[in-house]
Amino acid sequence: MCLAIPGKVVELLPEDRSLAVVDVLGVRRKVDLGLLQEDPPLAGDWVLIHVGFAMSKIGEADALAQLRMLTELGESDAAREEVQGYGLGEEEADEEAEAAESNAGP
Amino acid sequence: MRFVDEFREPELITRTASEIRRLADAKRHYRFMEVCGGHTHSIYRFGLKDLLPSNIELVHGPGCPVCVLPMGRIDDGLSIAEQPGVIFAAFGDMMRVPGTRGTPLEYKARGMDVRIVYSPSDALKLARNNPERHVMFFAIGFETTAPSTALTLMRAKAERLRNFSVFCNHVTIIPAIRAILDSPDMRIDAFIGPGHVSTVIGCRPYGWIASNEGKPIVVSGFEPLDILQSIVMLLRQLNENQKKVENQYKRAVPWEGNRAALKAMAEVFELRPYFEWRGLGFISQSALRIRAAYAEFDAEHRFSVPGVRVTDPKAAQCGEVLKGVLKPAQCKLFGKECTPEHPIGALMVSSEGSCAAYYNYEHRKTQALTYLSQTPVSIGETSV
Amino acid sequence: MTSVANKIRFRDPQVEMAHGAGGKASRRLIDGLFAPILFGAPAPLGDAAHVNVNGTCVAMTTDSFVVRPLRFPGGSIGELAVNGTVNDLAVSGAKAQALVVSYVLEAGLPTEILEAEIRAMAAAAAAAGVAIVGGDTKVVEHGKADQMYITTAGIGHLILGMSISPAAVRCGDKILLSGPIGDHGITILLARGELDLVADLRSDTRSVLPFVQALAEAVGAGVHWMRDPTRGGVATSLNELANDCGLGIVLSEESIPVRDEVRGACELLGLDPLHIANEGQFLVVVAARQAEAALHAVRATPGGREAVIIGEIGEQPAGAVLVKTLYGGSRIVDMLVGDPLPRIC
Repeated sequence: MCLAIPGKVVELLPEDRSLAVVDVLGVRRKVDLGLLQEDPPLAGDWVLIHVGFAMSKIGEADALAQLRMLTELGESDAAREEVQGYGLGEEEADEEAEAAESNAGP
Repeated sequence: MRFVDEFREPELITRTASEIRRLADAKRHYRFMEVCGGHTHSIYRFGLKDLLPSNIELVHGPGCPVCVLPMGRIDDGLSIAEQPGVIFAAFGDMMRVPGTRGTPLEYKARGMDVRIVYSPSDALKLARNNPERHVMFFAIGFETTAPSTALTLMRAKAERLRNFSVFCNHVTIIPAIRAILDSPDMRIDAFIGPGHVSTVIGCRPYGWIASNEGKPIVVSGFEPLDILQSIVMLLRQLNENQKKVENQYKRAVPWEGNRAALKAMAEVFELRPYFEWRGLGFISQSALRIRAAYAEFDAEHRFSVPGVRVTDPKAAQCGEVLKGVLKPAQCKLFGKECTPEHPIGALMVSSEGSCAAYYNYEHRKTQALTYLSQTPVSIGETSV
Repeated sequence: MTSVANKIRFRDPQVEMAHGAGGKASRRLIDGLFAPILFGAPAPLGDAAHVNVNGTCVAMTTDSFVVRPLRFPGGSIGELAVNGTVNDLAVSGAKAQALVVSYVLEAGLPTEILEAEIRAMAAAAAAAGVAIVGGDTKVVEHGKADQMYITTAGIGHLILGMSISPAAVRCGDKILLSGPIGDHGITILLARGELDLVADLRSDTRSVLPFVQALAEAVGAGVHWMRDPTRGGVATSLNELANDCGLGIVLSEESIPVRDEVRGACELLGLDPLHIANEGQFLVVVAARQAEAALHAVRATPGGREAVIIGEIGEQPAGAVLVKTLYGGSRIVDMLVGDPLPRIC
């Protein structure tokens, strides 16, 4: 389920803070930002669009990290260890801790 | 970055596919279930099965909200469409799904006002622009879509609209996964977790799958690289005997989910005590209904519906295909009585149901691939 | 090698929109109801009929145009009507000489709208080098005919040296596509305004006759089959060919040109560009030895710059179309039952 597409916020609408114009390969639509009001996107941000609503912001750093990791597949084991698995940065350590916590739960 | 093409890059896909072949233990047969119909669609669209070694089997899960909707509910929604002055608005996905007396498009052909909308907010706009008519939005979808319906209802309430209602068929994903795991003939080793549902519910709700059921689960994006990388991650877990929840789709899925979306859902919806899932039977606490505070927008409250339960023909083996016990082509009705053009069972009614996807994209492919492997095709080599 | 030997009897109790969409439902209606009654012996249905009139072979065709909105970026119903009929004749290997046009008009239609369409048709006919020699008009009550329906019938002579038929198609033949797909269908979808999408897109409506003439000159009998992929898109046209000739079609996905905006709209709506209507593109199946010359001829013709080879005919998948991805995956592409519908799942 759930066809959701990345789009770039090109214009925030001053008359309605909850709407923004989002661009997907040159196709534009007003997208509802109501689900992102806790951390509203700015013009230039990328969001994931589903049924005309923005579901989350797309993190370029995460995307680049993922691609970099995939580029390094097939290289030496040492290099892979350096890359430390599936992501880079403190976020990864937090998530591992979260996962361990949820595994340990009832 | 466009966040799409980069994740379809052929060189990286080839590399990741090689890593999968390297990691897959030749002595094992792996069965991974992708829960989400969107993943099923991607797998077929990009021909990803062709890149996997033969000992990795992908089993298609129940994450298709159109497929799991019982015919009786469609009849109920369409009975409202028959009321005078009603505009029946729904996503394109619903338009060819048969009720007992036809599909929404067939109702439209018979004179009922049936409209395709891309967004629940478009349905709301229809209501604003047609004050003398009543607009009923037939809402479907998992937790990905429910928050948008919720926000739309909150807006409708704020605007005091009198001519708008929602027929709510939103369902939740965890009970569906539980039903799969509770099934005695289930043989799934690990799960490719739903990516877009997780933008709302986060990754925590899958913890029990790893800890209680001992199955690895990787929350995955939808591009070829995402799905292949998730398979790499699952293989690594299985090889190291790990059982945990991992997030492959980090660029879009926050571990904690979307709090504003969950709040909106909690404001507008509550869980039904039980709901029937086509192919899976009755599951408790698995579907949403509109709260009393929003009763004026609840189509089930404003209109009386037949509420008749319609069962599928016994010969349709949807349940077994849904649980991964049977492959689509093994169902006796597949390709004969049951085709996308005249679907009999749940999994043929939507283009991302297992049977429809297999029929549309894979059926007849085996012959082609054998031939092609012997007779290389040169396309696009004409140089001008 | 024709295939419509199995008479599909049409059993639907009523006519549905899907029957007009150009896909499987349309095929069932034509094969199962029209063909047995009107045409007697089954034969593959082409874009135009070639009729012997007192010793001369004449090509004739008819087409109806029903489009909402009437005017859209890149054209209007009038242009579609002229180009569509000229193209049907062209891809059957004929040059359109004359058209007759029939209008069904809705009472209440403003004259200025009608005049605009008549002018558009005149301009399109002049551009396509065809004469409009007669016509008919009917008016129906307000509420019918969606403002106007246009039906055209065209007549033309065969272009020498071309002999088009599914029976002429051979294994190894190459498939040529004249340019980017999906422009027309997506333009119309956006122009309806129901989906609230905006893009800089235009219908690709144009006459393809110049390309066909260039092909006739360069390659002649090397052209085995042609079609203009209108409703139902490239997928439908090629599935019909595969079905009619009993051979298989293999396409290379990365070679199929699609504009960014069409791609973007298709991604947002969950559509496949291969199923979207075109009004100014055409497909050619050409003998392998002459594929390069054919491509050259089309590219050298104004407007043909973007032509590419997109695939090949083979024994398998017999009767079906397979699309190969760049990294070794593949999928079957079938015709749709009816019009492509946006999806959210």
